[in-house]
Amino acid sequence: MALLEVSDLRVSFETADGVVEAVRGLSFSVDAGRTLGLVGESGSGKSVSTQTLTGLLPGARITGSATFDGIDLLQATQSELREIRGARIGMIFQDPLSSLHPLYTVGWQISEMIRAHRRMSRRAARTRAIELLRLVRIPDPARRVDDYPHQFSGGMRQRAMIAMAMALDPALLIADEPTTALDVTVQAQVLGVMSSVQREFGTAIVLITHDLGVVAEMADDVVVMYAGQAMERASRRELFYHPHHPYTRGLLASLPARGTGDRERLTPIAGSPPSLVGRLEPCPFVPRCPRAFDACRTTPPPPRPIPSAVRADSRGAAHLSACWLPPDHADEALPGAPRGPSASSAPEGVPAR
Amino acid sequence: MSAMTDCRRESRHPLLALDAVTKTFHERGVRGARVRAVDGVDLEVAAGETLGLVGETGCGKSTLARCMTRLYDLTSGAVYFDGEDITHHSRRALRPIRREMQMIFQDPYGSLNPRRRVGSIIGDPFVIHHVAGRRDRKTRVQELMEMVGLNPEHYNRFPAEFSGGQRQRIGVARALALQPRLLVCDEPVSALDVSIQAQILNLLSDLQEELGLTYVFITHDLSVVRHVSDRIAVMYLGRIVESAPTEEIFSTPRHPYTRALLSAVPIPDPDASDSRTTTLLPGDPPSAVDPPAGCHFHPRCPRAQERCSLDDPSLVPVLHDDVVHVTACHFPLHRGEELVGSEGQPRTDSETRS
Repeated sequence: MALLEVSDLRVSFETADGVVEAVRGLSFSVDAGRTLGLVGESGSGKSVSTQTLTGLLPGARITGSATFDGIDLLQATQSELREIRGARIGMIFQDPLSSLHPLYTVGWQISEMIRAHRRMSRRAARTRAIELLRLVRIPDPARRVDDYPHQFSGGMRQRAMIAMAMALDPALLIADEPTTALDVTVQAQVLGVMSSVQREFGTAIVLITHDLGVVAEMADDVVVMYAGQAMERASRRELFYHPHHPYTRGLLASLPARGTGDRERLTPIAGSPPSLVGRLEPCPFVPRCPRAFDACRTTPPPPRPIPSAVRADSRGAAHLSACWLPPDHADEALPGAPRGPSASSAPEGVPAR
Repeated sequence: MSAMTDCRRESRHPLLALDAVTKTFHERGVRGARVRAVDGVDLEVAAGETLGLVGETGCGKSTLARCMTRLYDLTSGAVYFDGEDITHHSRRALRPIRREMQMIFQDPYGSLNPRRRVGSIIGDPFVIHHVAGRRDRKTRVQELMEMVGLNPEHYNRFPAEFSGGQRQRIGVARALALQPRLLVCDEPVSALDVSIQAQILNLLSDLQEELGLTYVFITHDLSVVRHVSDRIAVMYLGRIVESAPTEEIFSTPRHPYTRALLSAVPIPDPDASDSRTTTLLPGDPPSAVDPPAGCHFHPRCPRAQERCSLDDPSLVPVLHDDVVHVTACHFPLHRGEELVGSEGQPRTDSETRS
């Protein structure tokens, strides 16, 4: 059974420009111990949807359901949510400096987090904080525990945030662009810490990112979002090597070719994302889609199963694509350079149809 | 001098040459620290080529860009544009040079005045340099808008009415107004989503082909820099640590920092991502206020030896006959050699735990 099951989530806000419908019927699920990558470009609704789950968006109009371990997070009271937030669901955000209080030591903030949920002496909480800092590879944790956030570098702050998020051994960690503000060498450290923490605690992770490289490295399953909806969902290898939705394919074709280093032209997606105020086309990608046809403009495409062509691990998610194109569209080569290993690995394990 | 060995090639003189360029900033106050943001950089850019300048936050790449375009005065060293020493040119003397070298900036929001119409933003260079009369100006601006893929009818719109990608096109149009020869692009696509980023990268490469432009392309994104550059220079804490033709940097990096940097970039390809080993560098890049002695990289370097903390390595050819590939390291990696002793601090940490 899924640890978190989100179905038909809709979130909208009143703004000066009108009602912004930021999330428009999003469904996904995460199993215990797995990592789900939620990818999409700016404004696709990936952050809004997870903030909704933890009750961090007061004032938004929310419908749908989000069942976490038997509790519907969207129906939970503030005090129920307070119990869950931090203790059962940990969170880390893009900017660790604004998530840490500048006037308290890092150790105090971690201890406080523990003591807010558990009966524990200050001394024991502090010892636990040191343990956690060591776990996230802060050098000399017994001394650094008394440092203030400004005394930490950006990478260390983000690792301290991970320590805090993991303090109560939550079943789920929501990481919203955790490494976007960091340099690549520091990003590698932080991603490494996240993986090792996951191995140690068996935590499920929802990883929100715009970086397809980070997804390829970290995720088990991937949901691609566009204009507040899930366009495609698949296991990691299936998504990269056998993508079906024209938006996913467009994203992959937009990436500067790796490996070959060819200076050939990229294949961008024409146009730009739609405004989320007011009605969209039945499929929101239609205005930019090179393959759109009549059906796309009349009926919203439901998530349809795509026969998997890539050998994935047995627990990989079913491949679903919200697109009216026939399933074998996924077998066509991507525009631009064919992606390295896909050519060789795709035929392997093709299910008999 | 290593600047001269860097690319002594068939062409007469490079379009842009930097000789031991240094830029020091002073913090306020009597005891204010001195920050050596750029520390003796030698660099040459040949006409028509694209030089990629990569490095992490605070390595001095943007400061270097502003030194080469003389937006900053140098603390020491010299800048030559098309063979002419422009290091000490006055604003007036720089004016004709500025027509030939322009910059594009990262933030398409911050670099356009929100209260002015796009037509007049793009037409500014004509006014400043007294080219094209009022009537002629509008035609020229609309030609530029067309060239960068904007609708010329949007001449009278404000920047806020354009998306991020379109704003970056406005920045490109403005930079191209005076038909420069050199375009210094400082993180031109970093603020854009991938699908839009590809549009701008294509635009820049089309323009280079059409107009014979020379680019200095500054970015922290290694996949972008690999796509656009003929040659790449890697910076660390104010210095260039390695420079080579693009494919050579990626296939046989010699400097341990280059190697670690390349191995840390996430690859959007699961199999490739699974099969490679990432070299984790311990710690964070140190501050330029108080850089380590000797090689600036030695405290994080898995190959560092005593000499590295004492001697500054200079930028020298990797092989005696290969003047194009230079690196500043006492113990450069051999072809195909693994960067051993990786994971430094993190490894030690987990060992002490068990």
